[in-house]
Formats: sequence, C-alpha cells, structure tokens
Amino acid sequence: MEKMNTVIQLKELTKQFGSQLVLNSMNLEIIKGHTTGIVGPNGSGKTTMIKHLLGLVKPDSGSIHIDGKKLNGHWDYRQDIGYMPQIAQYPENMKVNELIGLIKEIRSNQDGDETPLIKYFGLEPELGKRLQNLSGGTRQKVGAVLALMFNASILILDEPTAGLDPQASHKLKQLIQHEKEKGKTILLTTHIMSEIEELADNIIFIVEGNLRYNGPMKEFIENQQEQRLEGAVAKMMERGAK
Amino acid sequence: MKTATILKYQWKDHLRSKWIIGYALIYLLLTDGLIRFGGAGPKALLSIANVILLFVPLVSMIYSALFLYQSREFIELLLAQPLNRKSLYWGLFGGVSVPLALAFLLGTGLPLAYSGILGTSSTMSVILILCIGLLLTFLFASLGFVVGLKFFEDKIIGLGFALVSWLVLAVLYDGLVLLVVYVFGNYPLGKPILALSLVNPIDLARILILLKFNISALMGYTGAVFNQFFGTHLGILISGGCLLLWIFIPLWLGFKVFRRKDF
Repeated sequence: MEKMNTVIQLKELTKQFGSQLVLNSMNLEIIKGHTTGIVGPNGSGKTTMIKHLLGLVKPDSGSIHIDGKKLNGHWDYRQDIGYMPQIAQYPENMKVNELIGLIKEIRSNQDGDETPLIKYFGLEPELGKRLQNLSGGTRQKVGAVLALMFNASILILDEPTAGLDPQASHKLKQLIQHEKEKGKTILLTTHIMSEIEELADNIIFIVEGNLRYNGPMKEFIENQQEQRLEGAVAKMMERGAK
Repeated sequence: MKTATILKYQWKDHLRSKWIIGYALIYLLLTDGLIRFGGAGPKALLSIANVILLFVPLVSMIYSALFLYQSREFIELLLAQPLNRKSLYWGLFGGVSVPLALAFLLGTGLPLAYSGILGTSSTMSVILILCIGLLLTFLFASLGFVVGLKFFEDKIIGLGFALVSWLVLAVLYDGLVLLVVYVFGNYPLGKPILALSLVNPIDLARILILLKFNISALMGYTGAVFNQFFGTHLGILISGGCLLLWIFIPLWLGFKVFRRKDF
C-alpha cells in the first residue's frame, strides 16, 4: 500500500472494556478513495473501531491518524466525516427539519445542502413531522441525509440499509455508489455480505479485536477458495472460532 | 456559540414534551389548591415549600437521568459532529434543566401571583421558596446527569440508584440523624450534626425555609441545632451559601465524567 494515499491509520490501537479486550493492538491503514467493508462476527470490535475514529471512544493505548493528523482530543477533523449511525433514534418532539437545522447550525462553517437528498428519498412530506411519529425506515433515511449533506470526504456508514425497504435500500446503495465515484473514502459495516460485494473494494476482517485481513476483496475470496464473499467470510469465521 | 445552538433546539424539544407540560400543570394545581384551602398565609406557603422539597429533587433527577438514557443515539450523533464535548455537555444540561426550572417557576409562580400573595408581607418568603425550588432543580438535574452518565450502560441500576438517593436525602435523612443522636447521645453532638446537615442539600433547603418562617417546632433536629448555633440570620446566610456551593459539585463531577466517557 502506498503510504501517500493512506487517509486513516491506526497504530497499535488497544481498548479494553472492563476485563474484555475489545481491540488488541490493531494496526490498520485505509486508503483514500476506496470503499472498505468491515466484516466480523458480532462483538468482534467493529463498532468500537468506528467509534474510535469518531472520537466517541478513547483508546487505552495506541494512536489514530486521520489525514496525517494525530487525533488527540481534537474535534475539528470531524468536519471531514459524515456518519450514519446504526440505530436512528432522535429526540421525540423534534421535527425532521429541526434536526437537519440543528446539524446544519453545528456545522455552520460548511456548505450543506439537504434539498437534493430530501428530494431523492422523497422526504418532503415528512419534514414538518415529529421524529417520534416516523417509521424506522424513514428515520434511517433522515440519518442518511444528515451523513451525506455536507459532502464530507470520509463517510462512515454503520449498517446503513438496516430497516430500509428494498426500494429505499436500493436507492441508498446507488447513492453510496455515486459517492464512491466522486472519490469519497467510505467505511461500511453490514451483515449483508452481498451489499459489501456490491459496494466495497477492500475488506477488513476483525475477530475478537484482532485484525485478520486487510486488503482487496477479490484476493480475500480467492484466498478462501470461494466464489462469493459470504462463503469466504463464513469459512474465515469458522477458522477464527477454532 | 455551539452550546447556544444545542440549547435552542433542546428547549424547543423539551418545552413541547408532555412530561414538562404535565409537570408544570401539577405545580399549578397543587399550589392553587393549597392556597384555596389553606388561605394566603404562611401556612399555605409552608405546605407549598414542603411539596417542593420532596417533589423537585425527585422529578429533576429522574427526568434528567431518563433523558440521557433516551438520548443515547442522539448524543452519539452529536459527538460525531465537529463539536467539542464541553459545548455539548452544557448544551445538553441546560437543555434539560432550564425547561424543568421554567415548568416549576410557571406552575408555582402563577397561582402565587394571581392569588395576590406576592404583593403582601410574604413576598420575601415567596421569592425565597421559588429560588430554593430553582436551585434544587439545577442541583438535582445535575445529580441526575452524574448518575445517568456513571451508569450509562445500565438503566435499571442508574434509576434505582437515583430513587434510593432521593429517598435517603429527602425522606430518611432526618430519621438517620435522630438515630445518630440516639446512639451517641452521651457525646457532644452539635458540630457533627451541623456537618451532617451541610452534607444533604435537601436538608439545607429545609432548614433555610424553616429559619425564614421561624418555626422552631418543625425544624427537626438539624434545623434546631442550626438555629441554636448560628441564630436566624447567619443561619439563613450559611445554609443558602452552602446550597449554592452544592450546585457546583455535581455539575463539575458530571462534566468530568462526560469528558472522559466512552460512548
């Protein structure tokens, strides 16, 4: 991997919750402009890793560099990140347009335009509604709007299509594809392997806080002597369990 | 600046909440009722103060802890924005505590105003009672934040802890003090009892009110010791000052936990 193109770098990242070692001195580089799928069994440390990048969780030891800058209690680097959380839960009485307004005001120094995205997802009739009255899928779409509207160069999408109907899920994937073509660095976790197959160039495989693979997806599948990603991942998980 | 943004949207959210509106209505009904049946004298005011001493800490603490539990994903979303934790903490805290304080102030203040008590000789007492209610609101909302953040992963333990601490501070404390007096009756107890009453903010607030109303029969043990030790005026100053100091402890503690917390 060329050093120059690394946008996210983890060095010896270690995190322990109580007695449980969640990340075990993880070294990892993520290449600019690539879409990387993060794969691993439940509780393997995927979400904890993402939370480190967002500054939600602080490492016990090791360091994180984004765009060559070490994260050390900084917060301004998050201007370059669009984050779509796994569960879209928002304050009960807040309306959709208020939530968008809030995030826009927090990121007031950035140009954010939600209109095309709202149109794309057909959210116009929902804008004046309270978030508690929306279905899970609609809330998820609102989450996608919030993550994508600032044209951030890094997108972190945690199970983006969970809870979406097939049409909406298809539309979101098309949108992610489009963002990818624009040269965004995308990190994606999902349990739907076909989605990663569709969207990702690279795979990160984590088992029990250890990085088992980081590289092109094709190679990963070939190494496991499988046709599809799902089979390759299943094989790798079985081996990981032993 | 960003704290102000968060405050603005949080206030919009909470002021529309049926819980906050209901909370204000309960005070309105209680205060109105107590004035109607108890007359406009100090008796009604004292009953109102007693309700406040029990009710404000309970609701403020539980509401703010519950708010944290329910906003978990929202807090995570905000933390993922270019925003420092300090702005977020004060935005969230002010976002919850100010609507609670407003609900209390409107609910209790309106009946006191329209019944004409505010214009009489009891004006100072009314202002004192309202100030104590506001102080307790902010204090216990911040205690709720501390408990909610400390037990962020376990709602049941967090809420249980909040309930038990309320029960101890608001209800059982004077009994515990009496127990201490009973057991150690042979020793000089003035100063230790004084220290004990400084430890409990609800007790401080109670003493402050009783000193102001000058009702020694209702002061309980700690109140009587306070009165004996400092006299009325100094007692009011000291208990009020300590209550103000008390607010900063949980606020600072909550911020410390929030700044280092893994979400």
